[in-house]
Amino acid sequence: MLTSHAEVLSPRSLQEALTAKASHPETVALAGGTDLMVLIEANKLAPSRVLNLWGVQELRGIDAQDGWIRLGALTTWTELIHSTLLADHAPALVEAAQTCGAAQIRNRGTLGGNLANASPAGDSLPPLLALDGVVELGSARRGLRRVPIERFFLGYRKTALERDELITAIYLPARVDGDETFFRKVGTRRAQSISKLSFCGRVRRQGGQVTLARLAFGALGPVPLRAHTVEVALEGGPVRPQLAELLLNDIRPIADVRSTAEYRQRAAVNVLRGWLESLAG
Amino acid sequence: MKLSFVVNGQPREAEVRPMARLLDVLREDLRLTGAKEGCGEGECGACTVLLDGQSACACLVPAVQAQGATVLTVEGLGDDPRLARLQEGFVRCGAAQCGICTPGFLMTAAELCQKGQVLSRAEVRDAVAGNLCRCTGYQKIIDAVEEALCADQPR
Amino acid sequence: MAQLIGEGIGRVDGPAKVSGRALYVDDLHVPGCYYGATVRSTHAHALIRGITLNLDYDWSDVIVVTSVDIPGENVIALMTDDQPALAEQVVRHVTEPIALVAAPTREKALEAARNVRIEYQPLPAIIDMARSRGEEPRIFGNDNVFKKLELRLGDVKAVTGGVLIEGEYEVGHQEQLYIEPQGVLAVPREDGGVTIIGSLQCPYYVVKALIRVLGHDKLNVVQAATGGGFGGKEEYPSMLSAHAALLATRAGRPVKMVYRRDEDLRATTKRHPARVKLSTRVDESGRLLSLDADVLMDGGAYNTLSPVVISRAALHVSGPYRWETAHVRAAVVATHTPPNGAFRGFGAPQAMFAVERHLDKIARTLSIDPVELRRMNLLREGDLTVTGQVVKAPGGLLALDAALAAADESPLPPLSPIPGGGGDAARRLPGRGVSVVFHGCGFTGNGEAKIKSKVILELQGERIRVLTGSTDIGQGTDTIFPQLVASVLDIPLSWVEMAPHDTALVPDSGPTVASRTAMVVGGVVDAAARKLHAALQVEARRSAPFAELARARRARGPLRVEHQHQPDPSLRWDDERYIGDAYPTYAWMATVVDLAVDIDTGEVTYRRLITATDIGRALNPVLASGQIEGGALQALGWATFEEVVTDGKGLMLNDRLTNYIIPTAADAPEMVTLLIENPYEGGPFGAKGLGEIPMDGPAAAVAQAIEAATGAVLNRLPMTPERVLEATP
Ligand SMILES: Cc1cc2nc3c(=O)[nH]c(=O)nc-3n(C[C@H](O)[C@H](O)[C@H](O)COP(=O)(O)OP(=O)(O)OC[C@H]3O[C@@H](n4cnc5c(N)ncnc54)[C@H](O)[C@@H]3O)c2cc1C
Ligand code: FES
Ligand code: FES
Repeated sequence: MLTSHAEVLSPRSLQEALTAKASHPETVALAGGTDLMVLIEANKLAPSRVLNLWGVQELRGIDAQDGWIRLGALTTWTELIHSTLLADHAPALVEAAQTCGAAQIRNRGTLGGNLANASPAGDSLPPLLALDGVVELGSARRGLRRVPIERFFLGYRKTALERDELITAIYLPARVDGDETFFRKVGTRRAQSISKLSFCGRVRRQGGQVTLARLAFGALGPVPLRAHTVEVALEGGPVRPQLAELLLNDIRPIADVRSTAEYRQRAAVNVLRGWLESLAG
Repeated sequence: MKLSFVVNGQPREAEVRPMARLLDVLREDLRLTGAKEGCGEGECGACTVLLDGQSACACLVPAVQAQGATVLTVEGLGDDPRLARLQEGFVRCGAAQCGICTPGFLMTAAELCQKGQVLSRAEVRDAVAGNLCRCTGYQKIIDAVEEALCADQPR
Repeated sequence: MAQLIGEGIGRVDGPAKVSGRALYVDDLHVPGCYYGATVRSTHAHALIRGITLNLDYDWSDVIVVTSVDIPGENVIALMTDDQPALAEQVVRHVTEPIALVAAPTREKALEAARNVRIEYQPLPAIIDMARSRGEEPRIFGNDNVFKKLELRLGDVKAVTGGVLIEGEYEVGHQEQLYIEPQGVLAVPREDGGVTIIGSLQCPYYVVKALIRVLGHDKLNVVQAATGGGFGGKEEYPSMLSAHAALLATRAGRPVKMVYRRDEDLRATTKRHPARVKLSTRVDESGRLLSLDADVLMDGGAYNTLSPVVISRAALHVSGPYRWETAHVRAAVVATHTPPNGAFRGFGAPQAMFAVERHLDKIARTLSIDPVELRRMNLLREGDLTVTGQVVKAPGGLLALDAALAAADESPLPPLSPIPGGGGDAARRLPGRGVSVVFHGCGFTGNGEAKIKSKVILELQGERIRVLTGSTDIGQGTDTIFPQLVASVLDIPLSWVEMAPHDTALVPDSGPTVASRTAMVVGGVVDAAARKLHAALQVEARRSAPFAELARARRARGPLRVEHQHQPDPSLRWDDERYIGDAYPTYAWMATVVDLAVDIDTGEVTYRRLITATDIGRALNPVLASGQIEGGALQALGWATFEEVVTDGKGLMLNDRLTNYIIPTAADAPEMVTLLIENPYEGGPFGAKGLGEIPMDGPAAAVAQAIEAATGAVLNRLPMTPERVLEATP
C-alpha cells in the first residue's frame, strides 16, 4: 500500500549507472526489487532517489573467461538454475538457487541484490564463500576492483561497497576435477523460506587426504562465515566426521523469531557431521 | 511518469509514480482487481501476474520496471483457449474455494502451461510453492494444474 | 434429478473466481471513498492519560474518531458487553483500538494514525494464563474467569483400581490466516443510516453489534466475496464494521478499512492457547476406567466467544471413547493479551490433541498397540458419552478401518528431497501415526433451539431464490443450498439461485459457524423446499410434480415461503450440569499420517495423509473433500509450523508471512480423503457437519508418528524442528 515518492533513473549502460551513483551517492540501487520493495512497504526505507539497474545489459549474463565464470550482478536465481555452465562448475550454487524463495521471487531476485542486501541468511552466500568467489565492484571514478567474497561482508548488513559503487559481477573459479561440494538449507519450511541456517561445503581430496576444505555457513552470525577451525583440522588428513564438533569454535548463533541459538548450533553440527560421514563412506 | 505497457493484449497508459507498485497500478489505475493483495511482501503470491511471460509478484514490481513490458493478469487468461481450459479445470476439480488465492495460482500455472513443461506431481508442488492457499490443502489445486499440464502434452 | 445430491458439481461462484470477476471488499471501487486506519495501544494494561494530535501535521482532510464520538454505546455486543469499540480510560491489551482516522488515501490514513499521540500510565499486567485466576489485577468479573464449568459421569473417586496414568498437554495460539485480510466498506445511506459491505461470516452478528454502537437500526450488512474466514471472520468483523461505520458517519462519505497483514496478525483473534491435565485410570487390558480432566484456556482481555469455546473443549476432552467415569473441570481465564476467539474446531482441537496424546501415553505405559487401544475403547452403539448421551450410529470404527485399509492399499508417494542437494546425505526416519476423533455437529445443547434459524424461498416464474443469512466463505454452501432445493423439487439446478447475502433481504439463519450450515441450515432449506411444493399443491388443489405446478402458475405473482429450524424434540440438555444430549449428532474421523523426520535437523517431511470421515452423507463430494483437505492441512500447520511468538506484553512478534509459517504446496502431503456415508436422519439427505472435524485429529497423529520415527515424545504444539530435535533421545 505504501508507495515511494522517489525519483527514478533508469540508465541504459553501466557507465551511465555508475556516473549517476557517483553524482548522487544517496541513490539506492534497484535490481529485482525483492528486498527493496519489501523494505519500502515495511516503512523501513524511504529512498529519495532510486537507480533502476534492470535495463543495464552489461550487468547480465553468465560466461566463462580465462579460468573463471563471470556472473553479471543482475543474474536472477532462475537464470542460475538454468545455466549449463553453472551446472558443471558450481552445482552447489545452483542447488542454493533452487531453494531460494519460490518461482516468482527467483524470476526477479538477483545475485547482486542478494550480496548487496547482505542478510546473513542470503542463500547464495555460503556457496559463493565455499567456492572462493570474488565480487567485482565498479565506480565511475576508480573503475573496477575485485574483493574476495569473505572480505566483502564487514558486519551485520555492512559490506565493502563504497557509496559510489555498484556490484557489477561475481567471479567463480572454474571447477577443479575431484572437488566435491554439498549444499543444505535448513529453513522454516520446504519452500518460500528464509534460512535458519545454511551450509555449503567443498573438499578436495588426494589419495584419501583432504588437501582443501571450505566450509561456509549462513545465518549463524552477523555475517556469513567460514568454519576455519574445522577446515584447518580437516586439511591434511582423511575425512573425520567427529571434527564437526569443532564447529562450535567458529559460530556464534543467535536466537530470533525464527529459531533458537541452541537449535542452530546443534543442527549445524549435525548437518556438517552428516555430510562428513557421507564423504567418509 | 507516463507508463506505457501492454496489459492482456491491449496497449495501456497510466500516469503513475515510478515506484508505485504494479499491483496498485493494475488494481487502482486500470481497475483490474483480479490480482489480490494478501501480504504486500512477496510471500503469498496472490498478486502474481506474468511480466514478459514470467511470473512475478505484482506487489514487488515498481511501475518503472513495467515500462514497455507485456503483462498478463487473470482477466486476460480466458483469451487463450489453453488457459481457459486451465480455468475450467480449477472449477471442476474444486481447486478454488474462497477464491482469493485463485488468480495467483492460475498465473503461476499459466507460466508452466506456456512453457510446456513436463513436471512430476512433486515438481508441480514445488513450482506453485510461491502461492499460499489456506482453504484447499492444495490437493485439488495440484490435481487441476497437473491435469492442465497433461492436457497440453501431445498424446 | 434427485441424483444431484452426491454430485461433485463445480461451485456456482467458480467461474467468477477463476476469471477475476468475483469482487472482494478491497476490489470495490467507490468514488470519494476515504480509507480508515486504527490507532492502537502499545501497552498491555494502562490508563489513557490523553489523546492528542501532532499539531505539526496537516489534519485538514483527516477525520478523527475517539470513544467520545460514539453516538450509541461504546460496546461490541456479543455474549457479554465487556469489550469497548474504542478504549476509553483503560487499555487492556496491546493493539487495543483507541482512535480511528480516515483520509483520502491509505498512505495518508496510516501516516495520520502515526501522528495521533497517546499518553499512557502503565499498570501491572497479567500475560500468563496460569497466573490469572483469582489474581490481581482484575480483568473480568471478580476472579478473572470468563467461564468455568464442570461435568461428571459417575464417581471418579470411587475408581481406585487399575493403573494411574497422568499427563499434561499444551498448545499455543494459532492464527486463522485467511489469505484475504479483514476488510470492510461502510457507505452512508440516504436515510442517514449506513450500509456495511465486508469480508465476514456472520452478517447478523454485525447488525446486532452496530445497532448498539450507532444507536439506531438504519443499517444493513452485505457480505462481499470473502477470502476465507475459518472462524476469524466470525466476531472480529463486528469490531471492524463498527469502526468503519463510525468513520463513515462522521465523514459523511464511504470509508474503507482493509487491514494490512501485519496489523491483522497482531490485532485480530487467534485460537485459544490451552493447557490440559489428564489423570486417568486404566485396567491392564487397556479399558478406560476413569478420566479426570482439567482444561485451562487463555481468553485474552475480553470475553468474545470464549465461554462457548471452553464448553466445546470440555465436551470433547474425553475423545471418542467410552470412559466408565469422568470428571471434567474447565475454565477460560482473562489475561491482558489480544482476545482469542473463534477458529475452526472451536476448542475441540486443543482437547482432542490432549486426549489422543494421552491415549498414546497409556499405550506406551501398558505396551499396547496404540491403534488397538483406540479400537478397543471407541464409543459403540448404545454407549454413554461423558455427558450421559446415548451414542447412536457411531462412525469411529468405520472410519478407523477405512483409513487403515487405505494405508495398506494406496501406494506411499516418494519422499520428496530435502531443500538443497543434500538429498543423499540426509538421514530421515519414517514414521506413521494414527488418530481418531469425533466432533459434535451444530451448536452445543439447546443452542439451535435458541437461534431459530430462518430461511426464505421465493418463487418467481420458474426461478427460486434462496434467502439466507448463512454465508459462503469458501466452503460452498451457495452451491449446496441450490443443489438441495433442486434435488428436493426435482428441477434443474439452473432454476435455483442464491439471493445476495444482504441483511436487508435475507433472514437470520444463525451464524456461519460450528459445522452447522450444511446440516442445520441445509435442513431448513430442505424443509422450506418441501413447504414450497406443498404450498403450490394447495394453491393448485392437486398434487403434481413441482416443475409442472410452477410452470402452470408462471404468470402469477411471486410466492414466498419461510421456514424455521425445528430442533429435534427428543434431545434433552441440562445447561447447568452439562448432562444430556450435548449435540444432535457427531462426525467421526480417523487419520493416518506418514512422515519422515530428519535426525540432523528435526524437520518433518509429510508424505501422505489419509483421512476417513463419517460425514453422514456427502451432498457434494468435491466440496466436502475440499473442506476436509483444507482443514487437515491447517491442522498439520498447527502441528509442526505455526507458532505465535509474543513479547513480554503479549504483542505478536512474527507478524508477517515470512515468519508466521503456514504450509506451502511443497510442505503439504498427498492426501487420500475418504468420505464415509453413515446417514444422520436429522440432516438433509442424511448429512452431518464436516467443516471443523478435520482440524481435530491430524496434530495428534503427527505426534504419534514423530514418536514412532525418533522416540521423541512431544506433548506440546507446535512440534517445531527445534522441539523435535531437543526431545529426540
Ligand atoms: C518472498 C521472498 C522470499 C525470499 N526468499 C529468499 C531466500 O530463500 N533466500 C534468499 O537468499 N533470499 C530470499 N529473499 C530475498 C531476496 O529475494 C534476495 O535477497 C534477492 O536476491 C535480492 O535481489 P534483488 O535483485 O531483488 O534485490 P533488490 O531488492 O533490487 O536490492 C536489494 C539490495 O541490494 C542493493 N543492490 C541490488 N543490486 C545492486 C548492485 N548491483 N550493486 C549495488 N547494490 C545493489 C539494493 O540497493 C538493495 O539495497 C526473499 C525475498 C522475498 C520477498
Ligand atoms: S501480495 Fe504480493 S505476494 Fe502477497
Ligand atoms: S481458496 Fe481460499 S485461500 Fe485458496
